[in-house]
Amino acid sequence: MRKPGAIESIFGAATSSIGYGRNGHKPYRYSAFDLLRHGFSQADWPRAWREHELNSSYDVVIVGGGVHGLAAAYYLARNHSITNVAVLDKGYVGSGGSGRNTAIIRSNYLTPEGIRFYNRSVKLYETLSADLNFNAMFAQRGHLTLAHNDSSLRTMRWRAEVNKLEGVDSEVIGPGEIKKLVPFMDTSEDVRYPILGALYHPPGGIIRHDAVVWGYARGADAHGVHIHQNTEVTGIEVDGGKVRGVRTKKGDIAAGVVLNCTAGWSTLISEMAGVKMPVSTFPLQAAVTEPVRPFLDPVIVSGTLHVYVSQTDRGELVFGASVDPFTSYSMRGSLEFTEGLAGHVLELMPSLAKMRLLRQWAGLCDMTPDFSPIMGTTSVTGFLLDVGWGTYGFKAGPVSGETMAELVATGRTPKLIAPFGLGRFESGDLLGEKGAAAVGH
Amino acid sequence: MILLPCPYCGPRNVSEFRYVGEVSERPDPNKTGVEEWRASLYARDNPAGWTTETWFHSAGCRQHFVAERHTVTNEVRAMRLPEAQLPQGQEDRATGGNVAGDSGGASY
Repeated sequence: MRKPGAIESIFGAATSSIGYGRNGHKPYRYSAFDLLRHGFSQADWPRAWREHELNSSYDVVIVGGGVHGLAAAYYLARNHSITNVAVLDKGYVGSGGSGRNTAIIRSNYLTPEGIRFYNRSVKLYETLSADLNFNAMFAQRGHLTLAHNDSSLRTMRWRAEVNKLEGVDSEVIGPGEIKKLVPFMDTSEDVRYPILGALYHPPGGIIRHDAVVWGYARGADAHGVHIHQNTEVTGIEVDGGKVRGVRTKKGDIAAGVVLNCTAGWSTLISEMAGVKMPVSTFPLQAAVTEPVRPFLDPVIVSGTLHVYVSQTDRGELVFGASVDPFTSYSMRGSLEFTEGLAGHVLELMPSLAKMRLLRQWAGLCDMTPDFSPIMGTTSVTGFLLDVGWGTYGFKAGPVSGETMAELVATGRTPKLIAPFGLGRFESGDLLGEKGAAAVGH
Repeated sequence: MILLPCPYCGPRNVSEFRYVGEVSERPDPNKTGVEEWRASLYARDNPAGWTTETWFHSAGCRQHFVAERHTVTNEVRAMRLPEAQLPQGQEDRATGGNVAGDSGGASY
């Protein structure tokens, strides 16, 4: 096992454990000194990862070049020295859910299984920039889940207690404390949905999601992983209950392990291997406003109002909602969404009435019956799943990559993801995460 | 705006309706094992293309009906009454589809 890529100092370009990969490739190392040097010389920055010809066989083929797929590739190479790996994406890396989410990171889930899992992800995110030598801009500004009625408040208390038991910083706070954290919030009692309290989760925050994808792509590439963009998978070869490889638009690849890391298309990819999924695909819409001066520090979530708001480092407000009310693979925005969103945001912060939306978009969410992901092995040997991520996949990227890499390398399902197997739908061991995962971001 | 053609009310905005789910065969509870029952409960076709599904006109006539919809373009090409409500429908089964309102989405 190789040592993680710790940074000695921001100027320390001398030693790097993002080491030499399969092809003797030494990646460029970013540092403050180089930023200064490039500022003066205006020279081009080197490419962050390379393009390769498609090989006819790989040890592991990962379908989906988002944060889950690239993280799995990176940890396979770094932690387990398995570098003969290809990551395939039908578009460009991060073109799916990884580039469409609202970049919120948190671990204040409801079930102990969920909390342990997402807490490991937060820990990995905390050191990610240093590990990857790539600034992912993780800002742990705190996360507020608002309660507008007694039953929500009860769930918040429940979540806070289970969180504390699992060592995750969470507490229920009242309207006075909310007002201190978010002065622009309307905490008065004479509104349609008065705020009774909130679950406050200080380690939560936002991150730059593109940088996470690019950082993992660069890290995986440095270890010799091949990243193939615009390489759509059209079929999966299964013979005698074992996976043999994949067919792509650019040619066939033989592989003993195929990992499905797609979001939105997980049913279709699994179907190619003959695995039936308990998944329904719903679009989730999001929108962003014009940038304004920083005024909103924590991430605000309201399950009752189906909305979450955060302010990016650039000053834009990012809004998200719950999934659309019916299944679809369409990624078009709708007027209903914009109208509903605007009303709900103004309910929380009336002073935003003059803000203008810059754009809106949708991403695809693979919802499972119990609002928990599907990770692990299937009835087809060598065909593995890391799918069903619903509306909460981005925040789990690092830990999913780490645990799926361990599963591929050792053949044993890590304890952290054992509850998330596909078999739970057959055995009836569903995980009840709806209280914390349906809208809560 | 997406219009859904309700068999009773004509084309209406989709926000008037509640999506119930894919139409699927409901196995006979007396002849079905636990695994098979769970498979029918949880597994979905979830196609990227034409699908047959049950809708409920919650803000209109409050009737269920069945529509064929393309899940990529959201085009609707056919609608009919659920089999249970058809005059010639002798089969004694529910309107098809799955447990409603479990999508995590807003309930319309």
